Parts: sequence; C-alpha cells; structure tokens
Amino acid sequence: MADKLRAQQQLEQLQARYVGTGHADTTKFEWSSNIQRDSYASYVGHPPLLSYMAIGMGECREKVRGAMIEKMIQPVGKPPEVQD
Amino acid sequence: MATTSTMFMYSLTVQPPTAITQAILGQFAGTKEQQIVTASGSRLTLHRPDPSQGKILTALSHDVFGIIRAIAAFRLAGSNKDYIIITSDSGRITIVEFLPAQNRFSRLHLETFGKSGVRRVIPGQYLAVDPKGRACLIASAEKNKLVYVLNRNSQAELTISSPLEAHKAQTLVFALVALDVAFSNPVFAALEVDYGESDQDPTGQAYEEIEKTLVYYELDLGLNHVVRKWADPVDRTATILFQVPGGQDGPSGVLVCGEDNITYRHSNQEAFRVAIPRRRGATEDPQRKRSIVAGVMHKLKGAAGAFFFLLQTEDGDLFKVTIEMAEDEDGAPTGEVQRLKIKYFDTVPVSSSLCILKSGFLFVASEFGNHQFYQFEKLGDDDEEIEFTSDDFPVDATEPYTPVYFHPRPAENLSLVQSVDSMNPLMDCKVANLTDEDAPQIYSICGTGARSTFRTLKHGLEVNEIVESELPGVPSAVWTTKLTRSDTFDAYIILSFTNATLVLSIGETVEEVTDTGFLSSASTLAVQQLGEDGLIQVHPKGIRHIRADRRVNEWAAPQHRSIVAATTNERQVAVALSSGEIVYFEMDSDGSLAEYDEKKEMTGTVTCLSLGEVPEGRVRSNFLAVGCDDSTVRILSLDPDSTLENKSVQALTSAPSALSIMAMADSSSGGSTLYLHIGLYSGVYLRTVLDEVTGELSDTRTRFLGPKPAKLFRVSVQGQTAVLALSSRPWLGYSDPVTKAFMLTPLNYPGLEWGWNFSSEQCTEGMVGIQGQNLRIFSIEKLTDNLLQESIPLSYTPRQFVRHPEHPYFYTIESENNVLSPATKAKLLEDPAIVNGDATVLPPEEFGYPRGRGHWASCISIVDPITEKSVLQKVDLDDNEAAVSMATVSFASQEDEVFLVVGTGKDMIVSPRSSTAGFIHVYRFHEEGKEIEFIHKTKVEEPPMALLGFQGRLLAGVGKDLRIYDLGMRQLLRKSQTEVVPNLIVGLQTQGSRIVVSDVQESVTMVVYKFQENKLIPFVDDTIARWTSCTTMVDYETVAGGDKFGNLWLLRCPTKASEEADEEGSGAHLLHERQYLQGAPHRLALMAHFYPQDIPMSIQKTNLVAGGRDCLLWAGLQGTLGILIPFVGREDVDFFQTLEQHMRSEDAPLAGRDHLIYRSYYVPVKGVIDGDLCERYTLLPTDKKQMIAGELDRSVREIERKISDIRTRSAY
Repeated sequence: MADKLRAQQQLEQLQARYVGTGHADTTKFEWSSNIQRDSYASYVGHPPLLSYMAIGMGECREKVRGAMIEKMIQPVGKPPEVQD
Repeated sequence: MATTSTMFMYSLTVQPPTAITQAILGQFAGTKEQQIVTASGSRLTLHRPDPSQGKILTALSHDVFGIIRAIAAFRLAGSNKDYIIITSDSGRITIVEFLPAQNRFSRLHLETFGKSGVRRVIPGQYLAVDPKGRACLIASAEKNKLVYVLNRNSQAELTISSPLEAHKAQTLVFALVALDVAFSNPVFAALEVDYGESDQDPTGQAYEEIEKTLVYYELDLGLNHVVRKWADPVDRTATILFQVPGGQDGPSGVLVCGEDNITYRHSNQEAFRVAIPRRRGATEDPQRKRSIVAGVMHKLKGAAGAFFFLLQTEDGDLFKVTIEMAEDEDGAPTGEVQRLKIKYFDTVPVSSSLCILKSGFLFVASEFGNHQFYQFEKLGDDDEEIEFTSDDFPVDATEPYTPVYFHPRPAENLSLVQSVDSMNPLMDCKVANLTDEDAPQIYSICGTGARSTFRTLKHGLEVNEIVESELPGVPSAVWTTKLTRSDTFDAYIILSFTNATLVLSIGETVEEVTDTGFLSSASTLAVQQLGEDGLIQVHPKGIRHIRADRRVNEWAAPQHRSIVAATTNERQVAVALSSGEIVYFEMDSDGSLAEYDEKKEMTGTVTCLSLGEVPEGRVRSNFLAVGCDDSTVRILSLDPDSTLENKSVQALTSAPSALSIMAMADSSSGGSTLYLHIGLYSGVYLRTVLDEVTGELSDTRTRFLGPKPAKLFRVSVQGQTAVLALSSRPWLGYSDPVTKAFMLTPLNYPGLEWGWNFSSEQCTEGMVGIQGQNLRIFSIEKLTDNLLQESIPLSYTPRQFVRHPEHPYFYTIESENNVLSPATKAKLLEDPAIVNGDATVLPPEEFGYPRGRGHWASCISIVDPITEKSVLQKVDLDDNEAAVSMATVSFASQEDEVFLVVGTGKDMIVSPRSSTAGFIHVYRFHEEGKEIEFIHKTKVEEPPMALLGFQGRLLAGVGKDLRIYDLGMRQLLRKSQTEVVPNLIVGLQTQGSRIVVSDVQESVTMVVYKFQENKLIPFVDDTIARWTSCTTMVDYETVAGGDKFGNLWLLRCPTKASEEADEEGSGAHLLHERQYLQGAPHRLALMAHFYPQDIPMSIQKTNLVAGGRDCLLWAGLQGTLGILIPFVGREDVDFFQTLEQHMRSEDAPLAGRDHLIYRSYYVPVKGVIDGDLCERYTLLPTDKKQMIAGELDRSVREIERKISDIRTRSAY
C-alpha cells in the first residue's frame, strides 16, 4: 500500500513540475489542449517558424505572436460537460 | 548508429542569416562608444555604428550553435561596461562579455535551469533585466519564471545567484519588462492571463470573462525571495509592455499597449489611456484598429523627466508618446502623472527592434527586408502634427470614444543614412549563369509587401572606379613609381608598349613628360625606385639606372642576348637573359648597382622571377624565386655566403607565368608569414609558405582562376598587403578583416591584362590596370562583404519564380494577403463620396498598401536581371485571385512551344485553409519572353499548389490529386488523375517517368507514370512526417529536401523498388502490389539528416565556382545560403569526423547548447559533418590548435589547408 501511495505522490509531483504529464484518466480534451498549447508555444519560440507563419498570413510577427498566445488560452474550444 | 551512413556531406554556410530577431544597445566594449548586438538565427553579431560616416559596420559574428531566444544588456552599478545575457534553447542562462582587444565574446556564467529545447514551460522566451543591473527575470510562455540576482564579489567579478522561483501554474505570459524603480527592490511587470477556470467551465462563460492582468513581481533583496506584489486587470487585447523611467527621471510604471490604445499603468498612480491614431486616406478603412508592435524608450541627457517613447504600429508608423507630469514650485517634475500625449512622428519599416543611439541615430532592425539606419533631424517637437492627449479618452477600455486620425506623410524627423542589405525573408532561389561568366550567379526573390525585391548575388568584391581613359595604343604593362624613398605618393605612371615606353606624371592632371631619363624607344620590363632617390628601368637590352641628378648609368645585356624577365626591389635587381642565365645586382653603399660576378645558368628558359620586399632593418631580401618553362619554381639564396645557390625546388603542373614573394598576415601563426604566390600558364594560382630561414616551400594551396595565364601583383588594400591575381577576370587575395583567414575573391570588374599599385593624394590606396586600350584606376573600399547584391524592386510578396528556358528572363508570382487589389483601390478612389478630395497616394515602399480583410492583391512580373535590371511587364490578377504556383511547360501537342502556366486560388483563407475555387492560367511568350499574353484559364476545385512540365504535358498537384493535363483550345484537358498523398501536394520534381511528389505534411512519395496504361502509381513513400518545404532530385534514386521545422534531409529509394517501378509492363503488378502499413509498398531510406535551424525554402544541385564540384545549395527563409558538399573518400570523412568531435569539446558552443544535440534537434543528425564548427578551428588559440593537431596526427597548417580547401573547391 505504501508503495502505491509513493507512486501516486511521485506522479503528482511530476504533474506539478512538468505541465502536461498525463494520468490514467486524462481526457481527450486535456490531451489535445495540451498538445495544441505545446505547438503554439513552439511556433512562438522558434523565430523562423513565426516568420514563416506571419508571411503566410500577411500579418506582422508581433501580431501573430500575440494571436498564438491568445489561442493557447482555449486551443481546442470549450471543455466537455462533466458526466457524473 | 545515427552518425554512420554510406553517404557523407559537409555542411557549410555561404551567407549567414540576415534576419534580426532582436537587437540591443549597449557599451559592450567598456568605452563611451555604443554598440549594437543582434541575434539572428544562431548568430550573435556585434555591430559598430560609425557616427562620422553614418554607417554601421560588423565587428564580430559568433555562431553559438543554438537557437537564441532573447538577449539583454545590463550593467552593474558603478561599472561602465555592459554584459550580455542570452537565453537560448540550451536550458541555461548565459552571461557573455565582449573583449574588444581580442575581438571575441567570452562567457562569464552558464547556469543550468531546465530541459533543453524551446518548450512551453522552459523559461527563456522572455527576458527582463533590472535597469540597475541587480537582477534578471526569465520566463516561459506558460507558468515558469525564474529570477537571478546579479552581484559582484570582492574581486569585482560578476556573480550570479541560484534561481528564485515565481511560478504560477496555468498562467500565460504575453509580455514582460523590468520596472525602473531606481534603488528600491527590483520589480518586474508581466502581462498575464490565467486560463485555469476557463479550462474547467463547459459553458464557456469563464472564457468570456477572462481578464488580462498586469502583475508586479518584486524581488525582495533583503529576504531573497520573490513576491507577487500587485495585480490589476488591463485591456484584454494588450500584448506588449514598455518600461517608463522611474526614480529621478520619471514616474515609473509601464505602458500597456493593446488594440487601438496605449495605457499608462502603475500601482500608485491613476491610469491614463490614449487611442492610437488611425491613418486617414481615401483607401484606408476608418474602422481598422492598430496595435503597437515595437517601440523604444529614450531618455534625453540633462533634464530630469525628459524622456519619450517611439512606438510603432503594424503599418510602420512611429508615434512619439510623452508623459506629462505635475510640477512642483520650482518647475521640476514630481513624478505624478497628469496626462499621456501621442503624436505621429514618421514612418519606417515594421521592426523587430528599435535602437536609439546617443549619437542621434536610429537603428531599425526590420522584421522583413533591409535593416535601416536613420539619423534624427529633429525630435518632432515643434511641428504641425496634432497631439492627442489622454484627457479625451476614458480609462475603461469598454467605454466608447471617438477614434482619432492622422495623415501619414513623408519622413520629416528621420533621414535614412544606410540601408543594410538583408535577404530576409528569402522565398525562392535559383542558380544560373546568365552573364556567361566563369561562375554562375545566384538569383533570389526576397522581402514582403512593397519592399519585396528580386536579388542577384555574385561572388566578388565591390570595385570603385576612379578613372577610365583610352590610350593611343595597346599597352602591355603599366607601373607607378615614386621619385624618392621618402615620397608618400606616386609621381609617374609608366606605360610599356611593344617598342616604346610612355611616362605620365601624376599631379593635378595626368600628362606626358619626356625629360625623365627613361628610355622611350624600347618596351619596359620593370620599373623601380631604387635606394634613396634613384630610378631603375629594365628594358630588353639592359638596365637603366637614373640618378636624382638625371645622370644615367646603363648596364647593357651581353651581345645576342636580351632580358626576358626581371624583378626588383628597392635594393636589389635580378634579370634573366634569353640564354637562361640569371644576372643579379645589388645596390652598394654609394647608391650604384653592382653586378654579382657569377651568372647562374638555369636548365630551361626563365619565364618569371620574383624578389621579396627588403624586410625592415635588413639590407636585402634573402630569396630569389625563379620560374622556368620546365614547370618548376626554384628558390635561390641571395645570402652573401651562398649567392645564387639552389635552396629548394617545387614542381608544378604547368609552366609558371608569374611569381611573387610577399609577407602577409597569417591566421595560423598569428603574425606575418612569407608566402610565395605562383601563377601558372594554365590559369591556376598557388600559394605556398616560404620558410624564412631555409627557403623550403610547404603548405601549397591551389585555386583555379580562369582559362588565361595568371599574373600576380603586390597591392595595398585597406592597409594590408594583398595580391592582385589576373586571369580571365581579376581576383584579390587578402586576409579577411574579421576572421583573418586568407580569402581569394574575384573583383566585380572587367578582365585586366596588367595591374599595379597606385597611390596619389586623391586616391591613397588604389590600383592601376590595363584593359585592352584603356587605362583604369580603381580602388577597393570594403573587404568584409564578398557577395555582391543587386536588387530590383517587386510589387508584392514574391512566392515563386521560374526562368525562361532559353532567354535570360525570370517570371515571378507575387501575392499579398489582406491587401486591396489595384482594381479595388481604383474603384475606391473613383468614388467621390469616399475620397472627400483627399486622394494623395503615398509611395507603398515606405507606407505599405491599404489593407482590407479577405482581400488579395497578386501579379505576375517579368524580370530582366541582366540588361534592363527592372520589371519589364506586370500582369495583375483580378477577381480576388492570387497566384500560388507556376511552371514553364512545353506542350508536345503545340509543337513543343513553351508556355507559362500559373496556378491561382480565389478568395483564399490561409488558416484554416479554404478557397472558393482554383484556376490554372496559361500564358504565351512573346518577344523572346519579354511579354506574356493570357490565353485561357481552367477551373479546378482547389488552388493547384504545384505545377511542372512533364513529358510534353502539364503535371499539376490539386489538393491530394496528381493530374496530367494537355493544352486544349479553350482550356486544359485532363488526361490522367490519381490520389497519391494524404493531405496536399506542395511540390513536384521529375526525372524520366518518375515523379517525386511532396506533401505538405507527409514527406515525399515517388510516383511512376505508366504511359501505356496512362496511370500514375505511387510506389515508395516515407516513414517520418516531414512538413516538406522544398525538394530536388540529386540523382534518379535520391531526393534532397527541407522542411518547415528547419531540417535538411536526403532520402533514397531502395534499388529493388526503383528497378521494379521502371520495368516495362509492370503497371498492373505495381497497381495491385500489397500496401505496406497503409502506405505505398516500399519505404524510402534516410541517407542524411541535418538541422541548420533556418527553414529551407529552396534546394538545388549546382556548381558555384568555375571548375568546382557539384554541391547542394539551399536557401533559408531568414536569408541563409548554405551548401552541402558530398565527400568522395572515406579518409576525409574520418578526418573531419574526428576534427568535429574535438571541436565539440574544445570549442563548446557559447550559449551552452550541446552541439551534437543541437544539430539533432528533431531527428538525430546523420551523415552530415558541420563545416561551420570545423571552420572555427582557425579561430582557436594556438595551444588548442596544436593539441587537436597532435590528436589528429597532423600539423596545424595541414588541418587548416584541408578546411580551407574543402570550402574553396565548391564555394566561396
């Protein structure tokens, strides 16, 4: 029992430290928002990629950057209704 | 193992990226002078602005082999030197110092805090430093923030603390700045959004109610921890913050900039809000809101509270923002804000960073296109621009207000002094030789919007022509000479003709003189200023020594013999006779020439001779180099004990045509080294090291200059001794001012027959040369840039270009999203209700085009880069169509006539991708390609993203379908169609009946076309999802390509699959072959993989130098040009692999990234050796060089030769 508890605690610690660490009950919504947020952060963080997208959209880089972070707030739409 | 492969490539950068992600200003050298440090790709570059010339010069460029995410300058209190903090993808914070004496960056601290890579929760995206240099905060896009305390120890060295955490989960950061709080506890301000609640609320109400907050983090220096001190909601659309001066200088706080507003915020002050003025114009949408995308704050010297902001909108308009403060009884500002004021300043290109220099200059690091360097004419203090104040605007962002407008106008406050060439963004690139020179040129399309350009790149140095004058006859040679040793400038130009010599004197004007003592009835072989005040003329029949008092001593050549070659220096003369004898003279104490008793008999006819300069403090140069027609060069000693004795011999591939012994700066020994430069009749140039003691020749480096015999001359350029080498075109050998490495670069100048150094009052460091019947005087001003650029302006963002198959013209397709098309613009301007008499059209190159959501402007341009150097014809597309692809296709059904085919999309939306229709336009060429005529267009379901001529028909990628079209009278006729890729075809390549199809997301698929069955059959695809951006076929089985994440790769089709696909009558078999894992029956094998960081936009197999080997040239979005050179032998691979390994440990990347892991960013590096890292070997300190050389069992020179050879054999 103690082992199980420790494993549980370790997992919780991991989840706290590393955003996006999954667990047995990860929902599709959680998983996909996490992936999308990672993607947007990567687009913003790699300068050539941000330029590439800015040119494609015909916008300036700073505006695209702002829009990408904005999208990180709710990347895949509203969360699903919780069913009890 | 990842690194083993049967194929090895050597990756080199020809031109580093020119895009600037960030630029910072500081006194990095520790002097009063300000420098600019820029981050571009993986390079950290230090620029030195020169206020007197109004120029910006590159002083140092360092490749850190990592992605630089942010940089910041800081200074410890009481110090006068700025340090640089770098956050990169290494998961470490780096503090770097610039050492001006050694001209290099030196790392002071490297602190690890997290995982490597650019990730969501790894700090490094944002970096802010306390203005007093006491602490810095680095933050990630989400959650994590780390504060480092910076201090100095008792030895006055910089120290850095362990990090203090200020994390907050589920919080996104939009912007981060440090507050100016003078010497109170350091405070950082962040613009944050907490998404915790919206993630839990299925109704979406929490999302609607999300607030953006301005949060202050205070570092308590006493308690050594960070607290979240203050948080207050701000405008929901805010994305950027600016620091407001504090302490004595101002009220402290921040400017929060959002859509259509700038708000002043601080914890103990009222908020003040002002709207961003919108452009007024006939074609401007009055409802469009602007936001601030960049800006800079500048404190003026002297008065307290004198500071201003220059904030830039996405249109490029700069606004001057000032803060008015309440004043006390003495009229001094109190720090209590009264209002915020804004007015239009000027318009400059949209920037990623702005830097205002104390010397009155503004550096604009453009986000796209050339960087600009402006000088301030005035600060916009007393002009007629309307100033808007915060009194007229409500503080609450939701309350209504009347928008304000301004009229953009040409610049009044700024004047452009320099435009720094930048190829960013580079959209496409092609190598072609359109000028029939020895080496091909690189053609590229760059830039965005109205600042787009078509650029021609040529390897060469810029030449500044001073004089070109025609002569009465065709001279064979030219010299210049001074009259006495102490003269600074040349006095005579001596021209030699077939049987005459002409002397010109240099003064105010250049005119012929006759009473010089020179023999004018014979040709001349050499001219020299000898001793104190003598002159020497060597002619075929003898040597004339002209003394200062015009007395002439003549030495006559022995009977029946003539002089065939001569060399001189200021104390020695050596001549070779037609009989193969060498006669040597030395100046004795009374200034007369004394002949050495013995003549040296050579085995063959002497073709050339060379004496070195007399070294400082010596009486003679110790060596005479003799070139004979038996293809040898001999070094003879001139030492009095062993005069004319043989020292060493070098065998050559052809007879030498010119020799020159010269001392030059040398990077491997650190000082100066004696070199023997050899030019051959075959046009080959050799450079060997001449041992100053033994006369041994070693370390020979070879370069092919051109098909004509090479001639060599010693010249002086930018204060250094250089060698002018003439073959079919002129070359200059010099040491690079930054790296000190020896460079041999062609001059952008017509081929010369003879050249000589030239120095006069007007032109202190010039050259004089003969070209046919012309005398030319020229100089070289800049040695730093060896790629010459020429630009032709284009209308809109270029997307792709093709060359006419026969004539030297290029066709570009250009398109611009969210911009009004010319037709719409004209319609708006015609409408009197809108125009209101205000119809001034400002030049779009500076002010951009009027914008409109959902609109497209697009055109096809014909560019003549050779004769006209301009756009010959522009065909605008209407109906909201925009061009997406193009090709030249010769249709077999039209007797192989070549047509221009352009794919377009109507009403396209970029993301998520959609459109109402696609079209394929066909154009006919007229006037040898100078004009095009529209024939017809064919509607297709989607915009065709890839087009290609294929076996006399057109191959088009429409969505997932690959189609073959033939040309009909009214439209294109579909002949065959197959769905070959999972998403969208974006590229096509072909050889024979094999087609390489690239998918936007799923790498490449090879397809075979079976003519009999009229079927397109995919037979091999890839295992990895590569977001392909460009491909080329290296050979029939191999494809090289690049992807959007910045990888380069080579894929090869398995031999068996390749053979099977081409078997005759295998169509049915292939069609029914079993799929392998839901894909094609076979898989491509990865041959090589490399991460160069920049996104490759074009790749091709080409040859860049005359007589060079083929290599792969790729062009990156940020303006990078790189090559991949294939290795021929395993031996070289082993050598460079070991060298690379040593370099990784001995010269570890500056920002702390592991080099191997960096080059393996997405996929482990395979079969590619990083030449840029290997080339850093020459910059290592000597002891490290020797250590590595010892490990490799070779000499330092040998290693340096191998490194420079591999580059010069294929590239510049």
